[in-house]
Amino acid sequence: MSAVDLSHYVKSAGDGVCHIDLAVEGIRCAGCMSAVEKRLKRIPGVTEARVNFTLRRVGVEWQAGALEPASLVEALDGIGYPARPFAPGASEAESDAEMKRLLRCLAIAGFAAMNIMLLSVAVWAGNVTDITPETRDFFHWLSALIALPAASFAGQPFFSSAWKALRSRRTNMDVPISVGVLLALGVSLYETAISAEHAYFDSAITLLFFLLAGRVLDQAMRRKTRALAGNLAALKGETAERLAADGATTTVPGAALVIGDTILVRPGDRIAADGVVLSGASDIDESLVTGETMPRRVATGEAVYAGTLNHGSTLTVRVSAPAGGSLVDEVQALLDKATEARSRRVDLADRAARYYAPVVHLTALFAAIGWVVVGAGLHQAVLVATAVLIITCPCALALAIPAVQVVSAGALFRRGIFLNSGNAIERLAEVDTIVFDKTGTLTTPEFRVANAAAWPRDLVDLAARLARSSRHPLAAALAAEAPDSPRFEGVTEEPGQGLRTTIDGIEARLGSAAYCGIEAGDAGGAVSRLWFRHGGRTAVFDIRQALKADAREVVAELKTRGYDCRILSGDVEAAVAPIAEALGIPYAAHMKPADKIAALKALAADGHRVAMVGDGLNDAPALAEAHVSLSPISAIDLTRAQADSVFLGERLRPVVDAFDVGRRARRLMSQNLVFTVVYNAAAVPLAVFGVVTPLIAAVAMSVSSVTVTVNAVRARPRAFRTPSTARPTPSPAEVAA
Amino acid sequence: MTVLVYLIPLALFLGLVGLFGFLWSLRNHQYDDLDGAALRILDDNDVESRSGPRKTH
Repeated sequence: MSAVDLSHYVKSAGDGVCHIDLAVEGIRCAGCMSAVEKRLKRIPGVTEARVNFTLRRVGVEWQAGALEPASLVEALDGIGYPARPFAPGASEAESDAEMKRLLRCLAIAGFAAMNIMLLSVAVWAGNVTDITPETRDFFHWLSALIALPAASFAGQPFFSSAWKALRSRRTNMDVPISVGVLLALGVSLYETAISAEHAYFDSAITLLFFLLAGRVLDQAMRRKTRALAGNLAALKGETAERLAADGATTTVPGAALVIGDTILVRPGDRIAADGVVLSGASDIDESLVTGETMPRRVATGEAVYAGTLNHGSTLTVRVSAPAGGSLVDEVQALLDKATEARSRRVDLADRAARYYAPVVHLTALFAAIGWVVVGAGLHQAVLVATAVLIITCPCALALAIPAVQVVSAGALFRRGIFLNSGNAIERLAEVDTIVFDKTGTLTTPEFRVANAAAWPRDLVDLAARLARSSRHPLAAALAAEAPDSPRFEGVTEEPGQGLRTTIDGIEARLGSAAYCGIEAGDAGGAVSRLWFRHGGRTAVFDIRQALKADAREVVAELKTRGYDCRILSGDVEAAVAPIAEALGIPYAAHMKPADKIAALKALAADGHRVAMVGDGLNDAPALAEAHVSLSPISAIDLTRAQADSVFLGERLRPVVDAFDVGRRARRLMSQNLVFTVVYNAAAVPLAVFGVVTPLIAAVAMSVSSVTVTVNAVRARPRAFRTPSTARPTPSPAEVAA
Repeated sequence: MTVLVYLIPLALFLGLVGLFGFLWSLRNHQYDDLDGAALRILDDNDVESRSGPRKTH
């Protein structure tokens, strides 16, 4: 096979310099970093190679024309670091920009908070000793000079979000924050102008600083999980053989294909793009798309889908838009509907804000009216209202939930679970029913021989050795039965039929029933079969997808925790029933995407909160419809994008972990919310009765914020302590899956 | 207390220098790979010395 053409991923860095980003697997330590960089820099023409350890990527630069980008990948493969080119998506560039913006805001708020606090502490100390009014005014004006520009810059993330919410007639946590900050600044400016004793500049800016710190941590965690999930997708990226008009083929990454390209799909290859068969006929394993394990027969003119596996003979496929396929259209229509429903979902923080904001604002208003009624001046009343808003300003509330989310996302990340949406954690905790897809979720994507024990061992060994000569997926499954045996010499493969050779002077054949001259029995639609004949001895191998190694254990564990588990599969009844029986859970087979959605809606109507675990294209709408959804990393791209979280590896264990971490997180969020309510119940009366000075406000705010943050750190499960080298970087086997 | 008239602006100026230092480092991608920076410092052989690679302990 020729080297892969990676020009699709090469970017120009100006001045004739080319740049490529590669996702690299296996970078775990300082030594790995320098090994990768040194190896790349030894390649003639490479001007710069720098590893980004956080994102497990390396950026390489060279003078245009000096080298083939594929040689970089080969060099890294040669020293044991598999690498794949990576094109950062638009969302990743956006989150990078957002991260920088938040860091800039944080820096400015931090600078302002420190300097204003310096001046404020001097004023507080002076107020109880002998500060002169002139010095105090000077300090207050200086504070205003720092606070106003700083707040107008660093407060933007909150102001714009609050404005957006108000314009759509909603309220979120940023509304009380913005009102509190703006009112505190305004009143302080007025107080300074009339040379009063107290100003709240420090409270307003410190509040912004705390909240920005929370958002930066949140953003950093999201950026990291998203980037690493992107790497995994890149590392399992398929290549395709593109056929030029003159018959020459070039190997290109699947992402580089455009509509109208012609590709060659050999037996055993995954089809890299949706398309129409130009020539050839074959059996296609569409289990990743439809959930059905029985291959579908395709001929010239029929549509094939990306992600499906070619079982039979070589096909020529013209890449086309995924239209015409009724399944794809159906999935897309269902998906649009489900996503719309999902956008109306309100997360816990905003639900809390919905109650919190009106209560706080009404309390402040009534406190002000109360003071006017008892005869105080308007000035005094406004000061009290401001104090109420500052002391209740939901610093603790705004940190209570995100802080737990950040720590929990980190805990999940270390267990190989990547969150696509931050508020998925709280939804994980609310689930009482778990629906599994069968194919690829409960079962492994690879095939296994189910009945090897039924045949004489030496016959199985012969068949397995013969199977070794083919790339056909069924043959590969059979070959795995005798992993160390050498292959036979002089094997002939007849595409679409089978293999033959001569063993001990007797002809041996492996393949279809007709090819081996054996009468085909009824397979029941549940399995694929391979026939083998060696002289007079024959064998029939049932080949099916096996249960994942820990599926039984995981489902049993989920059941003891009180979850109602069930299977909704697109596959035929005969294939689903044995799996469901082995796991001891109810099932439904023959489910079309719309049926799955109907089943989920029926469960939801009965008051269940359903988590959906699935990987096929046919699961995508169900994943979007479910209360929360998980998807294995081996899932089809569209499906993975719908899932709230993606888990690594060939095991199901992460599913249990996800629910455990979710429940723990939910408990801590509730604790934090209760704490903020208690805190407010204690602090608000002080503010209402007018005894809150800026000093008391500063202390109360810091104590409450630190308390909820420290409590959030407990979301890190104690039982899970591994050395920092244990990382969820998947093994090559996992990526290949 | 007239000393405050120039000491406080001086303190603010120093703070601003720090702030601009941070913004400069942010713009120069120094915060793109924090985990990597922690490991790079462990690499003894990153600077090529004139007498060949330095001995490591």
